[in-house]
Amino acid sequence: MLAKLFDKYPDLPLRELVVAALVLVALLFVFLSQGNAYSLRMLVEAACYAIIALGLTIQWGYGGQFNAGVMGFVALGGFCAMSFSMPVNTEFWNSDLPGRLGQTFLWGLVGIALVVAVSQVHRLGVPKKLRTILTIILALIVWMVFRSLFDPVTSAIESEVDFVGGLGMPAWIGWLMGGLLAGVVGYFIGHICLGLRSDYLAIATLGIAEIIKAFLKNADWLTRGTATVSPLPWPTPGPGELGFIWARSLYLVITAVMIVAIFYLLQKAYNAPWGRMIRAIRDNEISARAMGKNIEKRRLEVFVFGCVLIGIGGGALTSFNGIFDATGYLPLNHTFLVLVMVILGGPGNNLGTILGALLVYIIWVMSEPLALWIMQLFADLGSGAFGWDAPDNLSSRALQARVFVIGLLIVLVLRYAPKGLMPEKLKHIS
Amino acid sequence: MNELVFFINKALISGAVAGSIYAIGAVGVTLVFSIMRFAHFAHADQMTFGALIVFFLTALFPGAGAALGIPTPLLMLPLAMLATSVLAIGIDKAFYKPLREHGVKPIVIVIASLGVTLMLQGIIRLFAGTSSRSLYIEESKAIFRLDLPGDLASRPLVITEPQILLIVFTILAVFGLHLFLNRTRMGKAMRAMSDNPDLARVSGIDTNKVVMVTWVLAGCLAAAAGTFLSLDVSLSPDLSFFLLLPIFAAAIVGGVGHPYGAIAGGFLVGYAETLSVFNWSVLLRPINHWFPEWMEIPRNLSLVGTEYKIVVPFFILVVVLIWRPTGIFKGKVI
Amino acid sequence: MSLLNATQVEGGYGGMNILKGVDMAIDKEDIGVIVGPNGAGKSTMLKAIFGLVEVNGGDIQLRGQSIANLAPNKLVELGMGFIPQEKNIFPSMTVEENLEMGAYIKPQETARMLEKIYGFFPPLKEKRKQPAGELSGGQRQMVAMGRALMTEPTLLLLDEPTAGLSPLYMQEIFDRIVEINKAGVGVLMVEQNAKQALEIATKGFVLASGQNLYTDSGHNLLNDPEVAKSFLGG
Repeated sequence: MLAKLFDKYPDLPLRELVVAALVLVALLFVFLSQGNAYSLRMLVEAACYAIIALGLTIQWGYGGQFNAGVMGFVALGGFCAMSFSMPVNTEFWNSDLPGRLGQTFLWGLVGIALVVAVSQVHRLGVPKKLRTILTIILALIVWMVFRSLFDPVTSAIESEVDFVGGLGMPAWIGWLMGGLLAGVVGYFIGHICLGLRSDYLAIATLGIAEIIKAFLKNADWLTRGTATVSPLPWPTPGPGELGFIWARSLYLVITAVMIVAIFYLLQKAYNAPWGRMIRAIRDNEISARAMGKNIEKRRLEVFVFGCVLIGIGGGALTSFNGIFDATGYLPLNHTFLVLVMVILGGPGNNLGTILGALLVYIIWVMSEPLALWIMQLFADLGSGAFGWDAPDNLSSRALQARVFVIGLLIVLVLRYAPKGLMPEKLKHIS
Repeated sequence: MNELVFFINKALISGAVAGSIYAIGAVGVTLVFSIMRFAHFAHADQMTFGALIVFFLTALFPGAGAALGIPTPLLMLPLAMLATSVLAIGIDKAFYKPLREHGVKPIVIVIASLGVTLMLQGIIRLFAGTSSRSLYIEESKAIFRLDLPGDLASRPLVITEPQILLIVFTILAVFGLHLFLNRTRMGKAMRAMSDNPDLARVSGIDTNKVVMVTWVLAGCLAAAAGTFLSLDVSLSPDLSFFLLLPIFAAAIVGGVGHPYGAIAGGFLVGYAETLSVFNWSVLLRPINHWFPEWMEIPRNLSLVGTEYKIVVPFFILVVVLIWRPTGIFKGKVI
Repeated sequence: MSLLNATQVEGGYGGMNILKGVDMAIDKEDIGVIVGPNGAGKSTMLKAIFGLVEVNGGDIQLRGQSIANLAPNKLVELGMGFIPQEKNIFPSMTVEENLEMGAYIKPQETARMLEKIYGFFPPLKEKRKQPAGELSGGQRQMVAMGRALMTEPTLLLLDEPTAGLSPLYMQEIFDRIVEINKAGVGVLMVEQNAKQALEIATKGFVLASGQNLYTDSGHNLLNDPEVAKSFLGG
């Protein structure tokens, strides 16, 4: 019967329907087995991941740029969501601390101005080598002085008022600011690395992600560090007012609207001259360059745009989780899982990426109990048959099995389905 | 003088140790890069793997070393090198070679190497758990305290057995690598392939064999670096993660594909890291009375806190990428 | 039986055939020159013979033995040498190391062959300890030829050996090729400088669109008004 259907409508998107059906079946299974509240939570998280994955699919699928530090940009989004949406810490603003903090930053600006001024002394006839040495020495001294001024202020903030608190704005402003901040960081990284070998971007993004995490983890005055900040306000009425199911449904609606909007914009951009140019650069850099395209600028646009989306998605995800915990951002969950979503779904195919995100996240969440169950089975078999003592930390080891599976999935997809479940559709003009 | 001894112990020796580890790691990365043209992210996990093999072997035969008068882990190192080389070749055959033959862009193989990283981490933690362990199982770590002559200083210079072993190994490895690359037929073939892979093929050089030898070298160096690091500190599955950035920074600083550059880069990054987190106020304390009253030396005068140590290699990396992307020694590829 | 006999060769990159049935035969005494317009498949043919381009149809035989799609290192063992058009040296290695790499499959012959090559190209002996990348264009070409001759091949393939060289060096290189040929090495080369090349050629192959257009002695091709008009610039 199906065959007949496709005979009749040869344009029917078979792959898309099959993947969508898979996602639906998986969703149905989760709803039936885990209940509505749990499933809705998973679905909202999956939607946030889909936004992040769309950001990565722009970078990898459209631009051929490999961002190995998605986690860092997600964390930036989360940080902004926290900072903008948390209530104002009146204790902090009523003390003399904001003044002292501002003063320190002013001194920092003065220091930067000084260093910049010295870096220009070669215009006055100072030899360039001497100028470089002077600038480096001065920069080191300025940095040390700044640190010695800055540290007491931050310790005072930590001991007297806990942390600076938030700005009391709606969460969505935080998400947008998160996107902006991620975009700014992405701009600097992209500016340095995009003209070089593609491997360097991977190394640099991997590094910046760890640095962002280290900063957020240790800047206790700004983020409470390992003490974490919670509960983060939602842009919608919380579970306390509506109950879990309705509150989460409302949040889901918001994320769904965001995905639809982003999807619409991306689809338009993909088919617009801008998108064609981007793909031309990815597929054949030399001929694109020969056509007089400004490759560096286009590449930077792609990378920054991707980072913005990742930041926004990270903000939405963190707000939904209700807690800002810098140590909770993990390369595995927030970089590699997203990578799997993109390469499995189909890099460069927006619909494929969204469906891939949903599918992979459902499998990911469900694999935890499954992995535990399998490990338990093996342990029982082992102790039953050989009298082998199972290690006591089975649950943490089961999680490591998932690390292995994610890695295996990446290499297998790259090898056997390099275009993903839903390949990018290339239109051939005949 | 005590301050100077403190400086030697905490900065010079620590820097040499970190530098040696990074140098050995960066040489492995750079060799793989120069032959196969991709950044091999799984290198650091091969280090952990090698150290883990040493750990298991030492746990199996804890007394083996005592019979010969050397630490057991050192005795087991050659076996671990062998195992790590076999692993590296196996990974290449299973995951990278098919992609290479498929003619994919190098960045796809980079992603595959990240996948392999995850697989290795998963396996290592599945079998060894996540806690850290000492490689000294029945033996104890020998610590040498060298008292300075006279009463110059009351503190002794402190250096441990694994640190001496590491530094000696690094010197030997550098020397051996130099001889290998310049004197042997296979070494020259490796240089030829890194110079011009197509011409190497056309000259009749068996490129598959060169690739295999490269993995053996990379595997041996990785196993050694991982083992020495674990001897010095302890063996933990997270070891590799913190090594990745410094090692790549070292390889790029030295000029990718340039083994001597990688060694220089390793020591540069190692010392930069150590000196950045070193508390310089210790050295200023003896001359404190020269400063005017109002200028009080802060108690902590380090460039960055230890928690931000990872910023240092990144900073060096960024500076090099902006200022001279080919590295200090001119590397093969930008 | 010819030294090299290619019949109806079809081949190209990624399943797309650039060569659409090319015939070519070279003997030990021959200097074969392939000429033709850009995109005719000249270099592709040379690379197909040396196993660098996929052969999808026809056959290539060396002394009667089929060598189609054999790996280059096997072909070197069978007595073939190949000099690519550009990037034909190892720039960071010394001249001597470059030559050693030529004899990679016959390490025991290295010392004897080095002497022979140095006798043939005296300038290389002076510069043997210098990195090859620091040499002038003509000397690099000597290194490239020396490297290919280290295995004493019976058939030498050259891809545009005079590309980018000044006329002075060009003549020098052609003279060397004639000398090499006289020493008993069959030569097959692709050349842009068609006139000069055909002057030393015993066999000329004019290719166009991946097919043979004319095959004759170099002398006859030079004097063929059709060939001259279309391919040699009148």
